[in-house]
Amino acid sequence: MRHRPRGEDIIRFDSVGLRYGLGPEVLQDVTFALPSGSFHFLTGPSGAGKSSLLRLMYLGLRPTRGRVVLFDRDIANTKRYELPALRRRIGVVFQDFRLLDHMTALDNVALPLRVRGVRESEIRKHVPELLSWVGLADHLGARPSTLSGGQKQRVAIARAVIGRPDLLLADEPTGNVDDHIAMRLMYLFEELNKLGTTIVVATHNEGLVERFAHNPRLHIEHGMVSRVT
Amino acid sequence: MMLFRRRSDLPLAGDATSRFLPWLVALMVFLAAMAVAGAFVISGLMERWDRDVSGTLTVQVIPAGGDHAEAATEERVRVAVEVMRKVPGVLAVKAFDKKRTLALLEPWLGNTDMVQDMPLPRLIDVTVDSDARIDLGEVASRLARAVPGASLDDHRVWLSRLINLSRTMQWLAVVVVVLIGAVTSATVVYATRTGMAVHHGIIEVLHLIGAHDDYIARQFADRAFSLGIAGGLMGLGLALPALTALGWAAKRLEGGFLPSIGLPVLGYVALALLPLLAAGLAMLTARLTVHGTLARMP
Ligand SMILES: Nc1ncnc2c1ncn2[C@@H]1O[C@H](COP(=O)(O)OP(=O)(O)OP(=O)(O)O)[C@@H](O)[C@H]1O
Ligand SMILES: [Mg+2]
Repeated sequence: MRHRPRGEDIIRFDSVGLRYGLGPEVLQDVTFALPSGSFHFLTGPSGAGKSSLLRLMYLGLRPTRGRVVLFDRDIANTKRYELPALRRRIGVVFQDFRLLDHMTALDNVALPLRVRGVRESEIRKHVPELLSWVGLADHLGARPSTLSGGQKQRVAIARAVIGRPDLLLADEPTGNVDDHIAMRLMYLFEELNKLGTTIVVATHNEGLVERFAHNPRLHIEHGMVSRVT
Repeated sequence: MMLFRRRSDLPLAGDATSRFLPWLVALMVFLAAMAVAGAFVISGLMERWDRDVSGTLTVQVIPAGGDHAEAATEERVRVAVEVMRKVPGVLAVKAFDKKRTLALLEPWLGNTDMVQDMPLPRLIDVTVDSDARIDLGEVASRLARAVPGASLDDHRVWLSRLINLSRTMQWLAVVVVVLIGAVTSATVVYATRTGMAVHHGIIEVLHLIGAHDDYIARQFADRAFSLGIAGGLMGLGLALPALTALGWAAKRLEGGFLPSIGLPVLGYVALALLPLLAAGLAMLTARLTVHGTLARMP
């Protein structure tokens, strides 16, 4: 993991607009910057565009207008072959998990490391450790289809953090788990944050926001993003 | 640990491609094996004919008529032999006597009294130095002037026609193999695109966690290679008995005309390489197809 000075912007949006196909603009004139090492919640009503904003941040979509600067790179001027290197610095917990159904939990979590060409011996060491930490020690060989919603969510989280990302984007990461596990997962995020990872968590859970918010939260409504302190 | 056995990230083994691609490659390798074996056999025949025939000429002497036909014919043969001996580049001249000529013709005409009494043309076998440039036209006319009814057969004339035909067939074999390669490639392109569409979701996830295009392309390529090898070996497995059977059939047909047909060692090497070539082609095609398709994605 790269250690960057805290405070320097890790991601910056400048008048970003996004529309799907010919539909209305889901995001309009979104401008904000997140300093490196910060921890933000992203809130807003359902359908407001939280997942869409995260999609722009993890380079799953390109904005229809405006400028996205990630790790000091203007995404519009970034070549296709340069994207993987940027994406490897980002961990994503998708709202719908997007686990690969034909693989075991272990292989799913190992995937980001395999893609990077990490040695199998390393993978064998770290992946079961992390899965145990999220309470899935007994489900290493399970296929996602045999796991509960909350178990899948934890596999998804493990896959997002296994590569020690500089930026962690989590979309409703505690939506399917009880309060006890939700706390545990938030502590995991806090630990990562202390080690330097910038974190954005989209959530509806006000209690969680109350309890863990240290930095201004981002709130989306009517296509606009505002900072709430 | 069993959980970590080596496998691809894409579940390609279950795709429809896995079922039809090996059979298609098998068929293609089978056809290519036929074409390649044919080309080798033809080139072997060409060499044999060339070696057997290029050093020889045949003079044919029409028997004389009249009262002392027999003696007059002998005289013609003697003169013709003398004329040929004087040609520079001629190594040996040997006239077949009547008995020998009859023996040569026996398989076709039998050996009856009637045949014995027939006025048969007499043959003179001439061995020439194959490097010598002999003006055959000039020799033929000199011979015709000296001996009425003598003519010169140059085997090289019909041989060169045969060689031209064989060359054409060899080129045809090359064209057939190239076409087979093109069909195989086109099928692999189609199969790969279909596979990419089926596994679009997985490919997207791989991208989002930082996979390079080549990481994904390699998985399709590996799969295409193993399907290609399986199909290629199957095709070769079918081609070898078929070729052996053809060889037997040819041996039984074979008169003195066809020298024994056999595949040279190089021919077997070429056949053994076909499955590898097919698999390599499939692998390369799959890889390029994935790169091409991904490059057009955002
Ligand atoms: N792939 C898509 N194609 C077209 N429209 C989309 C697509 N994804 C999202 N939208 C639209 O964009 C808007 C924002 O959706 P988004 O999923 O970002 O909301 P959200 O804030 O994440 O909602 P939730 O809290 O329910 O997850 C919605 O109106 C939705 O219909
Ligand atoms: Mg959402």
